[in-house]
Amino acid sequence: MAPVVETINLTKTYNGNTVVDKLNLSVEEGEIFGFLGPNGAGKTTSILMTLGLTEPTEGIARVGGYDATREPLKVKRITGYLPENVGFYGDMTARQNLRYVASLNSIPGNLAEQRVDDALASVGLSQVADQEAGTLSRGMKQRLGIADVLIKDPTLVFLDEPTLGIDPDGANYILDLIVTMARERGISVVISSHFLHQVQRICDRVGIMSKGHLVAQGSIQYLGQEVLSGGQNLLEVQVSEMSDQVLERIKAVEGVNNVQTDGGVIHISSDRDVSEAISRAVFDSGAVPTQLKSQNYTLEELYMRYFREE
Amino acid sequence: MRAVFWKELADYFGSWRFVILFGIILLAALYATYTAAQTIVTNVQETPTEFVFLRLFTTSGGGLPSFIWFLSFFGPLIGIIFGFDAINEERSQGTLSRIVSQPLFRDAIINGKFLAGLAAIGIMLASILLIISGFGLRMIGVVPGGEEIARLLIFFIVSLVYMGFWLALGILFSVLFRRTTTSAFAAIAIWIVFALFISMIAGVVADRVAPVSDQSEMEEVLRNREVYENIMRISPTTLFEEATTTILNPSTRTLRSLVTRSEVTGMISGPLALGQSLRLVWPHLTALVALIVICFSISYVNFMRQEIRAG
Repeated sequence: MAPVVETINLTKTYNGNTVVDKLNLSVEEGEIFGFLGPNGAGKTTSILMTLGLTEPTEGIARVGGYDATREPLKVKRITGYLPENVGFYGDMTARQNLRYVASLNSIPGNLAEQRVDDALASVGLSQVADQEAGTLSRGMKQRLGIADVLIKDPTLVFLDEPTLGIDPDGANYILDLIVTMARERGISVVISSHFLHQVQRICDRVGIMSKGHLVAQGSIQYLGQEVLSGGQNLLEVQVSEMSDQVLERIKAVEGVNNVQTDGGVIHISSDRDVSEAISRAVFDSGAVPTQLKSQNYTLEELYMRYFREE
Repeated sequence: MRAVFWKELADYFGSWRFVILFGIILLAALYATYTAAQTIVTNVQETPTEFVFLRLFTTSGGGLPSFIWFLSFFGPLIGIIFGFDAINEERSQGTLSRIVSQPLFRDAIINGKFLAGLAAIGIMLASILLIISGFGLRMIGVVPGGEEIARLLIFFIVSLVYMGFWLALGILFSVLFRRTTTSAFAAIAIWIVFALFISMIAGVVADRVAPVSDQSEMEEVLRNREVYENIMRISPTTLFEEATTTILNPSTRTLRSLVTRSEVTGMISGPLALGQSLRLVWPHLTALVALIVICFSISYVNFMRQEIRAG
C-alpha cells in the first residue's frame, strides 16, 4: 500500500539558509508517527510544506497521492492540521466555531450539524458546546482543536505540540483521544512533540529531525537496537539456580554473542531474537527461568544519543 | 468564499464598532440634513428650485458642514475601522493557520472579508441615506424627481467605492503589519495626509513649479492652479469630493476652480444633463477603482507569500 505521506528530497531554503534538507519521510496508513527534534530543527516547516501551506524550494511532498504544491486544495480536503497555539474566535461558541470550519469545507447543513455534534461528543465537550470559545480553558481549547480537525473527516492529521502547556491529566486525555482517532477511525496521525514519554506511549514509529535532516526513522524498538546496542538484541534472564552449566548452555545457543552476569541477572546479547532458544537452554540445564525480558529502550535514551553526539 | 463572506458579515453586524460607527454617522447626517433643510427653507426665495432635494446633501448651514463633507471626512474612518485588523487579528489569535489549512484558496479569505466589509458599509450607508431622505422630505416637503433619485443612486455608488478604497487600504495594512495597532496607525496616517496635508503640499509644490505674484499673467495663475489641482487629485478624498459635488449639484460644469471670463461666457446656463455629469466624474470613479485594485494586488502578493505560522 502506498504511504499516506511521502516526501521526496523535500528542501526549504530561506535566504540561503537551509531549514529542511532533503527530507525523505513516509507515514503509513493508520499509524501514529512521532515527529521529534529540537526547536528549530525544521519540523513545523516540513509539516507546512506537506500541507501545501509553504512552497518547498525543491522536492515533492505527497499526501494521499496528491502533490501538495500542485493540488493543495485536494490535500487540505483530506488533511487536518492542529497548529501549535491553536486559536478560536472568542466571541463565537465552540459549536459556531466548528460550524464555520464545516462551511469552509463545503459540508452541507445536515451533515455538518451531525459532524459537529459527533466531534464535540468524541472530545467530551458537548457540555460546553454553547459556551463562548473565549471562556474555555487551555485544555478544553486543545480538545476543541482536535474536534476541529475531525470535522472534515480526514484521512490524515498533523498535530503540532498537542499537549504543550496542559496538565498531566488533560494531556493523558488528549493522548487517549489521539489513539482512539487512529485505531477506531483509521486516521493516520503525525504528531510533533517534545514530551518523549508521551510520544513513546502512543507512537508506532518516530522520525527524528536535527538541523533540517531526518537522522532516524523507525519504531522505537528498531531504532534502539540499531543505535543503542549496535544492532544487538539484548535479553535479561533470571534463573532459579545460577550455575556454570546454565551459562555454558546459554553461550552455546546459536546467535548469542556475549553473556555476562550481574548479580543474579544474566545479560545476553545476540544478533537475532533468541528468547525461545534461551529458555529451552535454561530448562535443559535443570534450572527454571524466573524472568526473561528483552531490553526496553526508552525514547529518551535514543533521543539523547542523537543530540549528545553532536 | 461564500462561507467567509457570511461569517464576516455576521461578525460586523454583531460588533460594537458597527453600532458605534452607525450611531455617529447617523447623528452627524441627521444634524447636517437638518441645518441644510433649514437653510433651504429660509432662503427659499433666493435659491433656484431645480434639484432642491439634492441640495439637502450639499448645503451647509449654521456653521455646520454639509453631508458630503461629513462623508468625505468620516468615510475613510469607517473603511479603515472595518478593515485594519482583518488579517493580523486572525493571525494573533491563532485562527488564521486553522483557516488557511481548510480547502479554500487563500485569496478567498481576503475577497470574502473585503466583500463582507463592503456589504456592511453599503447597508450602513443605504440606511442612513434613506433615513435622512425621509427626514429631509418632511422638512422641506419636496418630493425627489426621477433624475434626482438616479443621481442619489450614483452618489451612493461613488461613496461606496470611496469607502471601499479605505477598506482595501485597511486590509492591505492588516496584511503588511503584524500588529493591529501598527496597521491602524499606518492607515490613519495615510488618511490624515490625504485629508489634511495634501492641500499644503499641493500649494507648496504649485508655487515652486509655477510661481505667481501680484503681477503675474493670467496664464501663470492658471498654470499654478492646474498644478495644485492635479496634485490634489492624487488624494481619493479630493476625487470623492469633486465627483459627488458634480453628481449632486447638476449646475457644476467644470471641475476647475478657476475659469476665465471668456470661458464662462461660452457656457450655456442651466443644469447639466445626467449623462454629462457622469462624463465629468468618470475619470474620478475609474481612478478610485484603480486605487482599490492596487491595494488588492499588493495584499494578494504579500498574503500569498507570507508564512502562516501560529505565534
